[in-house]
Amino acid sequence: MTSGAGAPPLRIAGAELSFGTRTLWRGLDLDLQPGEFVAVLGPNGAGKTSLLRAVLGLQPLSDGRIEIAGHPARRGDRGIGYVPQQRPLPPGTALRARDLVAFGVDGTRFGLPWARRGTRARVDALLAEVGAERYAREPVGSLSGGEQQRLRIAQALAGDPALLLCDEPLLSLDLAQQARVAELLQTARTERGAAVLFVTHDVNPVLDQVDRVLYLADGRHRLGAPEEVLRGDVLSELYGTPVEVLRSGGRLLVVGGPDGAAAAHHEHEHLPGLGRRRGVRPVVGAGEGGER
Amino acid sequence: MDLGSLFDFSDYGAILALVANSVIAAAVLGVVGGLVGVMVLQRDLAFAVHGISELSFAGAAGALLVGADVVLGAGAGALAAALLIGVLGARARERNSVIGVLMPAGLGLGILFLALYPGRAANKFGLLTGQIVAVDDPSVVRLIVISAVVLLGLLVIWRPLSFDSLDPEVAAARGVPARALSVAFLLLLGLIVAVSVQIIGALLVLALLVTPAAAALRVSASPVVVPVLAMTFGLVAALGGILLAIAAALPVSPFITTISFLIWVVCRIVGSRRGRTRARRVRSPVVEETAEATA
Repeated sequence: MTSGAGAPPLRIAGAELSFGTRTLWRGLDLDLQPGEFVAVLGPNGAGKTSLLRAVLGLQPLSDGRIEIAGHPARRGDRGIGYVPQQRPLPPGTALRARDLVAFGVDGTRFGLPWARRGTRARVDALLAEVGAERYAREPVGSLSGGEQQRLRIAQALAGDPALLLCDEPLLSLDLAQQARVAELLQTARTERGAAVLFVTHDVNPVLDQVDRVLYLADGRHRLGAPEEVLRGDVLSELYGTPVEVLRSGGRLLVVGGPDGAAAAHHEHEHLPGLGRRRGVRPVVGAGEGGER
Repeated sequence: MDLGSLFDFSDYGAILALVANSVIAAAVLGVVGGLVGVMVLQRDLAFAVHGISELSFAGAAGALLVGADVVLGAGAGALAAALLIGVLGARARERNSVIGVLMPAGLGLGILFLALYPGRAANKFGLLTGQIVAVDDPSVVRLIVISAVVLLGLLVIWRPLSFDSLDPEVAAARGVPARALSVAFLLLLGLIVAVSVQIIGALLVLALLVTPAAAALRVSASPVVVPVLAMTFGLVAALGGILLAIAAALPVSPFITTISFLIWVVCRIVGSRRGRTRARRVRSPVVEETAEATA
C-alpha cells in the first residue's frame, strides 16, 4: 500500500445505504486508526454485513464515500483481509489446510497454476504465525471449526492487510476456540498494526479488546466506546423502545428490544444457561448473523 | 458366448493401424477429460455435463441430417447449452432446473433429427453410444487442437477458478470475477463435451468427464495429486477401452465406462480405509492441543 501514507486504513464519510424506501444506515462517519478494533453490532437486517460488503467494494453506496488507505473502496483490494464465519466444507473437497491459506497468497492470480517457491515459503510462514503447521497437510474438511478459523486468519493476513474485516468469525465455535481466535486477532493488531472491523451479534468474547462500538439499528446508529454505547438509555433511544443492559460476571446482556423473541431463540444455541428468559440476549442484536 | 471368443487378437496390429487416429483421440480426451472432471466435481456440475452432452447430441444429429460437419454441429449444440446454463443458472438450484429443462428438449430434437435422417443406422446409434469410426487425419488434428485449447484455457484460469469453487465467499471478497469465470469454464466444458460425444457418445460422456475425477477425489485431497490421478485414470480408461473394443469388435463406450467404474470402485475402497486411519491420526493431536491451551 503505497498511497496510504498518513491516510487511515478505513475512512467512511457520510455513507448511506438504502434499498428502495428502506434505509439501513445514513450519515455514517467512521475513521479507523491503525491497530484499532471496532465491533459492529446490531439486530439482524440492520446492515452489518452490507457495511462490510460496501468496504470490500461489492456494494455501492447510496451516498457518501468509503476510502481504504486513502483511495476509494474497490473490488479485490490487497490491503484488506477478510475473515468469514466458519462453514463446514463438504467432505471430499480437494483442499488441504495449506491450500486454503495459499488462496490468500495467490488465489486471485491467473496463469499457469504451478506454485512458486516464494508462495510456498509465504504459506509456511503464515501457518507458523497462527500455529497451524501440525495439520498443514490435512484436508480442511477433517479439521475442527477452531482450526479452520485459524487458517482463515492466516489466509486473511496473507496480503499484509492494514485492515481486517471479520464477519461473525467466532460463530459456532466453543468458548475455548473463540478465545484462541480472538487472541490471534489481537496479535495481528498489536504486532502488525492492522485495524479490525468486526461484525458480531455477541460482543462478549472480544469485549476486552474492543476500542469502539458501532451499533446499527433501525436506520440509525451510535458510535463510541463500549461503555458509552452499550447502555440502557442509549440503546432505548436507538431502538425507540425500553431496553436494559445488564452486567453479569464481566458479560453484557441486553434485555428487551423489539426483536426479543428472536433473540430468545438465538440464546438457546449460544448461551444455554441464560436462554430461559424471553428477551434476554448477549449484546447485542439477534439472529444468525448471516444476513445478506 | 464365452470370454475367449469375445476378444479376437488375430490381425490386431493391422486393425490397430487402421484406427490409430481413434486411439490417439481417445488418449487425448482421456487426459483432458480427467482434468476438466476435477473442476466439474468441485463446481458441482456433473448434471450440467449431462445436459450439455444431450444438446451436443442434438446439434450433431441436426448436422448429420442436413449433411453438415457432425463435429461442428456437436460443438454448436454444446456451446449453446453451456452459454444458456452459464447465463441463466447462476445459482445451483436455478442451474439444475435450467439443465433439467434443456436436457429432454435437446434429446427430443436429436431423436427427431435422427428419425428424419435417411442414412446408415450405425451413424445414428454412434452419436448416442460412441463408435470407433475411422477418424481421419484432419479430424484428429482438430480434436487435438480443441483439446489443447481447453487444456491451456483451463490451466490459465485454474487458480482463481479453484478459489471461487472451494471458497466462494472469500474469493468474492478478494475480487475474483466469479460470473465471468463460471461462464468461461462452462464454455471450455462445452468444447470438450462436443469432441467427446464423437468418440464415447452423448449418453456416456460422464464416464470420461466425471468418473476419473470422482475416483481421484476419493484417495487424495492434494490439489496436485488429484488432477494428476484424474488424468491418469482418464487415460487408462479411454485407451484401455478403445484397445479392448477393437479386439472385441464391439462399441467402445461399454469398455470405457466399465474400466472407469472399476477404477472408481477400487479408489472408494482405498479411500474409505485411509479415511479411517486419518480420522484416528487427526483426532489424537487435537486432544493434546486442548491440554496445551488449558495448561
